[in-house]
Amino acid sequence: MINCEQASTICNKKQYQEASLLEQIKLSLHLMFCKACSSFSRKNRKLTILCNKADLQILSEQEKIKMKETIERSS
Amino acid sequence: MVSISNKMTENKLNPDSWVDQYADYLFNYAVARVSDAEIAKDLVQETFLAGLKSAKNFQGAAAERTWLIAILKRKVIDYYRKINSKKGKAEVRITYSNQSDSAGDWLEENVADPFSTLENDEIENEELGQAIQECISKLPKKQSAVFVMKTIRGLSTEDICNELGINPSNLWVMVHRARTSLMGCLNENWFKL
Repeated sequence: MINCEQASTICNKKQYQEASLLEQIKLSLHLMFCKACSSFSRKNRKLTILCNKADLQILSEQEKIKMKETIERSS
Repeated sequence: MVSISNKMTENKLNPDSWVDQYADYLFNYAVARVSDAEIAKDLVQETFLAGLKSAKNFQGAAAERTWLIAILKRKVIDYYRKINSKKGKAEVRITYSNQSDSAGDWLEENVADPFSTLENDEIENEELGQAIQECISKLPKKQSAVFVMKTIRGLSTEDICNELGINPSNLWVMVHRARTSLMGCLNENWFKL
């Protein structure tokens, strides 16, 4: 059996498709008994869905470096 | 005068960390409004420069982020003014609702209604994106770096560990903290959708 801390780590890994099959089985077993982790797991999955839906845009590292240089030059 | 502002200043400006902390947040805001990544990038850059110039006028009454977004708002308005004078007509990209027969205050009618299911997905996703970016910008620096690399840039655990010089269990602890903070920070309305 796994504890809640291990369960949450597996749950996080699962959000990035990095949980192994064995880990996933351990997690689902744990979730059957643990209410707190079930609720965390639901919210965590929802957060993943929200992040995907939002189609977040970020600046590339190069663009940020350029920005920093421009700021430094004018400060 | 100085001593007063010092006493009141819980909010200080830290131009050195602006890009790391706010560039993505401001960029999302701008992209949603000008619908062009290049222009949005320029607006963010201009915002930082304008911020530097007027940094001495910063009273500390608002949080740094709020202050920068206020500058960016004006930059967006200026941008539309400029193309307006160039082309001789404004290209307003405000999304009006389709119900043209609605009477009353435009602003009031356009306030986001958390109970409405009629909003179109695009507006909703735009707001969602800003809400998430705002929450990310409130995270401690390392957590936000890890979260962004993992979730938005989609890098592998190994690459992130190499780049930041941490081990995988560190990484998952930071991912966990970031995700927990985000769940708390995002308005619970988003979780009901």
